[in-house]
Amino acid sequence: MNSLKHINIKKIIVTIVMFFCSIAFLLPFIWMLSTSFKIEGDVFTFPIQWIPDTWNMINNYNEVWFGDYPFYLYYWNSIKVAVLTTLVSCVVSSLAAYGFSKIRFPAGSWLFLIVLATYMVPPQASLVPQFLLFRSIGLFDSHLGLILLGSFSVLGTFMLRQFFMGVHTDLIDAAKIDGAGHWKIFWKIALPIVRPAVATYAILRFIWTWNDYQNPLIFLRTDELYTIPLALQKFTTINGEFYTLIMAGAVSAILPLLIVFIIGQKHVIEGIALGGVKG
Amino acid sequence: MKENVEVGSGLKRLPKAKFKKTKIERNENIAGALFVSPMLLGVSVIVLFPIIATFILSFADWKFVQGLDQLQWVGFQNFKELLGDDIFVKSLINNGIFILTVPLTMAFSIFLAIIIDKHVYMKDYFKVAFFMPYISNVVAIAIVWQVLFHPSAGPINQVLMSIGIDNPPTWIADPNFALISVMLIHIWISIGFNLIIYIAGLQSIPKELYEAAEMDGANAWYKFRNITLPLISPTSFFLLVTGIIATFKVFDLIAVLTAGGPLHSTSMLVWHLYETAFINLEIGYASAIAVILFLFVFLITALQWLGQKKWVNY
Repeated sequence: MNSLKHINIKKIIVTIVMFFCSIAFLLPFIWMLSTSFKIEGDVFTFPIQWIPDTWNMINNYNEVWFGDYPFYLYYWNSIKVAVLTTLVSCVVSSLAAYGFSKIRFPAGSWLFLIVLATYMVPPQASLVPQFLLFRSIGLFDSHLGLILLGSFSVLGTFMLRQFFMGVHTDLIDAAKIDGAGHWKIFWKIALPIVRPAVATYAILRFIWTWNDYQNPLIFLRTDELYTIPLALQKFTTINGEFYTLIMAGAVSAILPLLIVFIIGQKHVIEGIALGGVKG
Repeated sequence: MKENVEVGSGLKRLPKAKFKKTKIERNENIAGALFVSPMLLGVSVIVLFPIIATFILSFADWKFVQGLDQLQWVGFQNFKELLGDDIFVKSLINNGIFILTVPLTMAFSIFLAIIIDKHVYMKDYFKVAFFMPYISNVVAIAIVWQVLFHPSAGPINQVLMSIGIDNPPTWIADPNFALISVMLIHIWISIGFNLIIYIAGLQSIPKELYEAAEMDGANAWYKFRNITLPLISPTSFFLLVTGIIATFKVFDLIAVLTAGGPLHSTSMLVWHLYETAFINLEIGYASAIAVILFLFVFLITALQWLGQKKWVNY
């Protein structure tokens, strides 16, 4: 009993120390948030005002959301691109994952190898021809082009394939004997079983697409089409020294994702731990 | 294949079974092709053909603004030029230095993972807290750090000056410190990912091993050195390889924070590739850089396949 109590006290102390470590780790975020509430003159005062003396929150965020570079527009663009990419990618990946794991056809195994091999290609290595191709077929400077770029994920296919392989073959064979085709088996039996895995992949794909900076930078030209990361960068260039506005923009860029992450926390962390995946 | 035979093997065996088998087989082929074709088509158009085109274009001298008729085949000329290209060599060296972030991140992460896994309450809070930089938008993060690193007025240097360091480094404005600054931020971002993977790895180590060691009077360091470290080696190996590959893909951080500067001190392969292709518009030369990039990543991946068996204790 005594020793148990002793261990608990030790654990509490470690927790408190670690808590302060985590706060130190998150200081850049805290600084960002507090700066976004300040007036410009207070940004670099020292000692740092963690809680602003003068609040200017409403003005700052109003300027970010409805000013010259209106974030509501970029939000809409980001939501559109991220949701559609996630949707298409989930459909394409789960179809392929089912095909590669539950349909026995001779070409399947080497086709899968080809798909897997493309995973070794760093995205930047194929960027130039992608750019030339998209320009020549009119997908340059369009959301459709961005969505297509993010929709064919080898990682998603690979990840979901692992889960489809866990679906019992007996179950599928029984359905086949009852006369069900692969489409029906996929839709009614296999997909419901692997739904948690699809949800995990969907959240990850959403986060990756939302955060993507490189593809919008290269494949978009028109301001009105910008997604959040690209818009934030342009906003920063334009607003140069207005750090309160820039920080309000940064908070706006991070916040929705943080909410998605906290809601789907278990899914995200498990998904990442399970597959050791990385976008 | 086996099941198909069994399905047909009930009644009139010979002709009908054979007919049925081929029919099922054909159906399976068609179904298989239909299910995987969207993915296959997409991957071919988006990745496979472009990477082949990259290899072909790396032998060409062509500027994007010129017409296709201006394209000239120059053999290995681009690759020869790369060797004499100071920025390319600098970028390559920077890529090499940047790899140092991987073991450093892993060391921090395993330390944190052990503490969070066994020695604290509110495990979920700590996972989320340390994961936050990884989940956040790199552009936003880069912008925040840019201000934090501000040479004269930035909070970091204000704190340093207030504790008596009169001439703190100017961080991303100083060619000698810029790469280190970027590396620090990269470590800060990557810890969350490494931490989550390590915690998952730690949980798969049987508790009995620690209990047995404790009965023999082993101390914490002994347990770490002789149980945790060897048994977590598959995880470490995985993190090492994916971490190194990830350093070859770092782009957002450089693009927003330093744009490769000052004096190319933070230029890396991917950044140099971007600058060459999309700012200088030299398609052929950029493709040669892309080929080098591809070969590096390919080599590391191949080493992973070969090395997995050799260096990892299961």
